[in-house]
Amino acid sequence: MKEALKQLVSGGIRQFGMVIALVVLIAYFQFSTGGKVLTPSNAQNIINGNSYILILAVGMVLVIIAGHIDLSVGSVAAVVGITVAITIRDWHLQWWVGVLLGLAVGLAIGAWQGAWVAYVGIPGFITTLAGMLIFRGMNQYIGKNNTIPVPEEIQKMGSGYLPSWGPDTVLNNSTLLLGIIGIAFVLWSAVRTNTKAKKLGLEAQLPLTVILRAVLLCLVIAYLTFLFGSGREGTSFPISGCILLFLVIVYSFIANRTITGRHVYAVGGNRSAAALSGVNIKRVNFVVMANMSLLAALAGIVFTGRSTASGPGDGTGWELDAIAAVFIGGAAVSGGVGTVVGSVIGGLVMAVLNNGLALKGIGSDLTQMIKGMVLLLAVAFDVYNKVQGRPSIFGLIFKGKGKRADELVAEASVEDSAAVPVDAGETAARG
Amino acid sequence: MTSGPVILEMRSITKLFPGVRALDEVSMTVRAGEIHAICGENGAGKSTLMKVLSGVYPYGTYSGDIVYQGEEVRFKDINASEDAGIAIIHQELALIPELSIAENIFLGNEVKGRFGIDWSTARLRATELLARVGLRESPDEIIKNIGVGKQQLVEIAKALSKDVKLLILDEPTAALNEDDSQHLLDLLRGLRSKGMTCIMISHKLNEIESISDSITIIRDGKSVETLDVAGGDVDEDRIIRGMVGRSLESRFPEHTPNIGETFFHVRDWTVEHPLVPGRLVCKQSDFFVRRGEIVGFAGIMGAGRTELARSLFGRSYGRYLSGTIEINGEEVSLHSVQAAIDHKVAYVPEDRKALGLNLLDSIEDTVVAAGLKKISRRGVIEPSAAHIAAEGYRKSLNIRTPSVTQGVAKLSGGNQQKVLLGKWMFPEPDLLILDEPTRGIDVGAKYEIYGLIQRLADEGKGVIVISSELPELLGLADRIYTIFEGAITGVVERADANQENLMRLMTGTPSAKAS
Repeated sequence: MKEALKQLVSGGIRQFGMVIALVVLIAYFQFSTGGKVLTPSNAQNIINGNSYILILAVGMVLVIIAGHIDLSVGSVAAVVGITVAITIRDWHLQWWVGVLLGLAVGLAIGAWQGAWVAYVGIPGFITTLAGMLIFRGMNQYIGKNNTIPVPEEIQKMGSGYLPSWGPDTVLNNSTLLLGIIGIAFVLWSAVRTNTKAKKLGLEAQLPLTVILRAVLLCLVIAYLTFLFGSGREGTSFPISGCILLFLVIVYSFIANRTITGRHVYAVGGNRSAAALSGVNIKRVNFVVMANMSLLAALAGIVFTGRSTASGPGDGTGWELDAIAAVFIGGAAVSGGVGTVVGSVIGGLVMAVLNNGLALKGIGSDLTQMIKGMVLLLAVAFDVYNKVQGRPSIFGLIFKGKGKRADELVAEASVEDSAAVPVDAGETAARG
Repeated sequence: MTSGPVILEMRSITKLFPGVRALDEVSMTVRAGEIHAICGENGAGKSTLMKVLSGVYPYGTYSGDIVYQGEEVRFKDINASEDAGIAIIHQELALIPELSIAENIFLGNEVKGRFGIDWSTARLRATELLARVGLRESPDEIIKNIGVGKQQLVEIAKALSKDVKLLILDEPTAALNEDDSQHLLDLLRGLRSKGMTCIMISHKLNEIESISDSITIIRDGKSVETLDVAGGDVDEDRIIRGMVGRSLESRFPEHTPNIGETFFHVRDWTVEHPLVPGRLVCKQSDFFVRRGEIVGFAGIMGAGRTELARSLFGRSYGRYLSGTIEINGEEVSLHSVQAAIDHKVAYVPEDRKALGLNLLDSIEDTVVAAGLKKISRRGVIEPSAAHIAAEGYRKSLNIRTPSVTQGVAKLSGGNQQKVLLGKWMFPEPDLLILDEPTRGIDVGAKYEIYGLIQRLADEGKGVIVISSELPELLGLADRIYTIFEGAITGVVERADANQENLMRLMTGTPSAKAS
């Protein structure tokens, strides 16, 4: 049991340093605002108010892993928002036709930018910088600088909730259902990991560690289910959150389990080696850029929904928030490293920071300064954590359990394969 | 050669890394004016010892003493050791490709004039230094335009500009061809006659034998012995015995070839340089490979062997002009790397770190990287399939690592090469092209890799081995093609091949097209 706990903590610290930071941040604000953070309506606010940035982060992480960057996302989101609003109003389209049209426009823009980056060879930075200007202008051209409202269904996408139904369980039943599905999935996945590990003799983690981690995760899900489900009548885990959750699941799957995902990491990790391994570099570049604009379109639609209308200033500065989220979440500037979940956590760190500071009545001037420092320190923390062989900060903090600190250092150094000596006497003996 | 008094004594140097004792009470004595070689296998501790000496690992991070020119020294960084007259030239050249020779020579050591850098004096001094090392290039020539051999000489010129008394060279001829190697060694002999002391880390035993005055052998972080070349009878076998612990009866495993019919035939292969139109890097090359055969490509560096291989492998180098590839009698078009892989061709690049590996990956991810289609259905990868495949190769290729989930970046050169071999065996190719497969690998691991190559041939595959070490080709290949300036100049069967006639073909004029 102790062994499993040790594995859980040390593995957790290394992989999920940012989750810990998030928890600490939430705890701090919860304490210093007298409990205003962890209320259902505030939690729902955080999700509704930030889901569009998190959607962007999901797309941005793939771009950054591949070694590029996309500065146009805010402008693309804005131009799609205005397109959706105007076409629905002037062409009398159904709301969902308008949404599909908006996504199609996003994809087209993505293909345009992807072509410049992948096939003409212009760096992503320049292409999307141009895009940022072009599509901002286009947004203002289409909307003639007006603010155009969008129909109720789209508003629901941005700020709406899941329906209430069924028996009286104290909680919103849609949220309860989501929570139950979530817990079931986590448990099933843990059991599956353990059976597979036993069958194949994989030694990575003790079965108990896997169970413990799953239990921990289930407790978190249960708490969140309670938090989101016990709000005002008619509220639940927000629809925009559901959209985000869906995207996280799909894109995590793509990144970790598909060939395309592996290729993105390969291109970012070592382009030349990837080329010589049969990866179609141009196709990978095209796909990540196109996908980013598609998600930017979605983010724009969700945001427009929440603001109930599309305006000329939408999207300003979003790219920086998305990029910050990705780097706080553990991506590397040089590419090849990063995760979807990490980026969402990074985005949540920023979101909680925004929210907490606002609750404390801190003005936007100070908030910006604090956010900038947090970005810097968060990434520095992550860089430090990842360099192996250094004494871990947490090891030092828990110095009372001195032994654990040593073990944390020792664990890191197992990776150092200078420790594997080549005993040539062994090989010379052959033949 | 009479050596002078002791100029350097390293006493009981111990260096620890977390979990590893890289150096264990290593002692070494170097006399002034001698060329002192350090031999040892990869991971034995040679480079670590030199990093301690040069200040890369500063005083305080190791235990033991360094006595230089009679005084105990405590270098706190590289600058301190340079000020004392110790300069180190690393295996990976530390030159900036986009800058000129003069700029590189004086990088960090700029010639100061009254208003900023005095470039005219710098260029003048650079010209003098270049003359000293025998490099006939303009000091304004850009580094990336000159070959590796000349770059090495620029490094030495740079060291000379710092008034060096003790020059440390880490694998100086590893990336050089025969000519450039000889030139470098002559240069070192010249420097020695003028009083310079050199410490040379090298794997090239024949060179060590011919140039050094004494040899310190390091094994597993301990100094095993020091051989006095002039005094005792020191030959390669003696050195190997010291390095390895017993003499290698033969450097190549015993092998009886079992050669079948031709299955891969290249005709009239002509490729243009990617950047210089009109310049041909492959000139109507014609060759074939049979099943179960190990074919060698011999040539001096720059002859065009890698260009030939990469242009065949999915056109990943140069502009294809004309020529055909026949696999099993059928003409095929390998127009992309993926097409080449699909046609069961594999290519293992010469530069492991730059072209072969994604250093962020684990061993298991690397092993399946070229064959993802094999372990996936409709684009979704089968989880743990990579692990299973990698485990298989770990055992069959004897890759030394605690687990295949480890990253490849920290593996020794030999183990990285094995992982790469595994990666290219995974898609089950029929033809493997190995480009310098044993570069930078110690004697023991080389032996293992030779064994693996022979095993591949025994399985009926064709293996092309590109190598700059003639003894390696002579020991391994069944047939050797020689390439010179982009053209195949000859083909020699194993029975008829020796260093002289190969060298003649590698440097002579192109003969009639080899069949």
